[in-house]
Amino acid sequence: MKATLAVQRGVPGEPPRIENFEVTFEPGQSVLDGLRALRCETDPSLGFRFSCINANACKECMMLIDGKVDYACTVRLKEGVMALAPLPKKALIRDLVTEIAPPDERLRPRP
Amino acid sequence: MTTPGNNGAAAPAHIETDVLVIGAGGAGMYAALEAARAGVAVVLADRSLIGRGGATVMAQMTVAAALSEQTPDHWEHHLADTLAAGRGLCDQPLAALLCEDGPHRLHEMDGWKVGWAREDGHIKQAQAPGHDRPRCAYVDFLSTGPAVSRTLRAQLNLVNGIRRIGELVVVDIALRDGVACGATALHLPTGEAVTLAAKAVVIATGGLTGLYRRNSASANMGGDGYALALRAGAELIDMEFVQFFPIGHLAPRLVGMDPIMWDPFRYKLGGKLLNAEMREFEQDYATQDTRSDGRYVLTRDLATYAITREVEAGRGSPAGGAYLSFQHVPEAEIRRAFGPVVDRLAANGIDLAKRPVEVAPIAHYHMGGVRVDATLRTAVPGLYACGEAVGGAGGANRLSGNAITEALVFGARAGHNAARHALKSTSSLWSAQATQSALDLLRGAVRRDAPNPAAVIRDLKALMADEVGPFRTRAKLQSALQAIARLKNEIGEVPFSSASAFDPVLVDWLDLRNMLLVAQSVAVPALARNESRGAHQREDHPGLDDAWCVNQIVALSRNNELKLGRVAPSTGRVAA
Repeated sequence: MKATLAVQRGVPGEPPRIENFEVTFEPGQSVLDGLRALRCETDPSLGFRFSCINANACKECMMLIDGKVDYACTVRLKEGVMALAPLPKKALIRDLVTEIAPPDERLRPRP
Repeated sequence: MTTPGNNGAAAPAHIETDVLVIGAGGAGMYAALEAARAGVAVVLADRSLIGRGGATVMAQMTVAAALSEQTPDHWEHHLADTLAAGRGLCDQPLAALLCEDGPHRLHEMDGWKVGWAREDGHIKQAQAPGHDRPRCAYVDFLSTGPAVSRTLRAQLNLVNGIRRIGELVVVDIALRDGVACGATALHLPTGEAVTLAAKAVVIATGGLTGLYRRNSASANMGGDGYALALRAGAELIDMEFVQFFPIGHLAPRLVGMDPIMWDPFRYKLGGKLLNAEMREFEQDYATQDTRSDGRYVLTRDLATYAITREVEAGRGSPAGGAYLSFQHVPEAEIRRAFGPVVDRLAANGIDLAKRPVEVAPIAHYHMGGVRVDATLRTAVPGLYACGEAVGGAGGANRLSGNAITEALVFGARAGHNAARHALKSTSSLWSAQATQSALDLLRGAVRRDAPNPAAVIRDLKALMADEVGPFRTRAKLQSALQAIARLKNEIGEVPFSSASAFDPVLVDWLDLRNMLLVAQSVAVPALARNESRGAHQREDHPGLDDAWCVNQIVALSRNNELKLGRVAPSTGRVAA
């Protein structure tokens, strides 16, 4: 089966751009599985956060999936287009990566 | 902190502290707490978010300690089981420290309201394989690791003197005249280099199971601490012993849960391992282990062996593992034992009362690691290690339930001793020169289209699984070492980059620099060890060889070649 991931990319200060990536998947695979495969096969520069990969323990892979805040590791890939965007209420770092670290756990704590 | 630079040529951000702890899993958080209690300034750095990465947060299982809550116990009984599981190779002082100090740490966590499961007014302790009595505490339901992480994070918030910095990838330990004096790091969100000065450094980076295709690790478990230690001049021990967890989830595809979740189900409900003929096969292999107890018959190395042999004999499940069945357990009992977890399984199309799941061995833990003495100090003055990053306590096969105990006990001890070391030092030895080579490495990064470092990591994981997995041969290991050398050549010595902020290409390259060195550090002693012992099984050398009751030591020579040595274990001969 094939899914098209329409990924919002870019850095702060630039207009965001949408890039489409096609990923082949087996039923049951997660959006994070698709993103990780895409980095190996197509574009290693694509930025997204993850740590625990599968367990929904680290909560780092939170993003906007088809307009809804969700975890890439638990939402399953489906046929057709899936829109991925960074969290809307967090400061953008790059691509799907936003500033989600607690302020006192950053290199430069915000005042 | 000095003014940060926006590009590579400017002065890097600089941080000064007494004790730098690298890695904020269970061991690193405990180390930071104990160091701060001893009265020093601490920086707790992690490449992920604080207390989110690493192995502890993933652990859904149990924590072993001789608490005597469920049944009378003594830490020496726990030690006897630990040494027996280790097949003669345990570092006895480290194993004794783990067992003797474990109850104190578990009680301290209890006081911090971790929420150990209770029964009739006492902490409930489960029977786990290889233990002579019920000894393993846990938090319901499948919440042990998250609860331990949450509890330690809460304590970090209550203690003064700990500065937490996430998203910081440590590139190298800074050294002056062979003494650890800080580190050089990459700050992921900005891409800038950061230098850290410290009077003592603690490596708490976890294990290396991320080197394998199927693993139960967080993404940051590629063994980077081992590479940091090696390049700093420390030694590694027992690197050939990688523990495979026998019943890692295989099929159907399960999302949102840890693949090693099935053990607690077995403890509570007694799941049956079946082959393709729907026949239980554990007893066919269990006779090899004289210490097996009745209900749960195999230690992890033997269970991995049993499942792999069944698959090879053509009696595997469709996805290439074994069936794990709970069909003999009434539905109400499954619900009572696992409550909300049953609903999470249902969302994945799994109904344990109706159908078995498929399981297969999965890389889970590394017995080997940084060689330390009983004060958790490495051969490098000022450099300490703790948690899974330490080698020796588990010997050739770690006893189940000992990993979190090890994280808490060794973390606390390493943090305390690092603080004492820092208190004895009047000033940091740090100088700009100590971080120069690592800064030069980062600043030299270039844009390159090929090879794709993410794909190289994928290839390395496949290689390690196929040729340096639980069952090894001379030919496979030699082939692996050649492939590792080829991959080293492919990625070269100049980092690749793709962006300034949050650059996954640069991180992958830095990871590969570490992973390839660590992969080699596993394959070289595995090739030398011409016997089968615990987690190291050589198909061309079956069975224990008394002459191989030795620990192998890996170090880097002056010209950066791996060298291999041997030492006699500090434990007596123990029946396997």
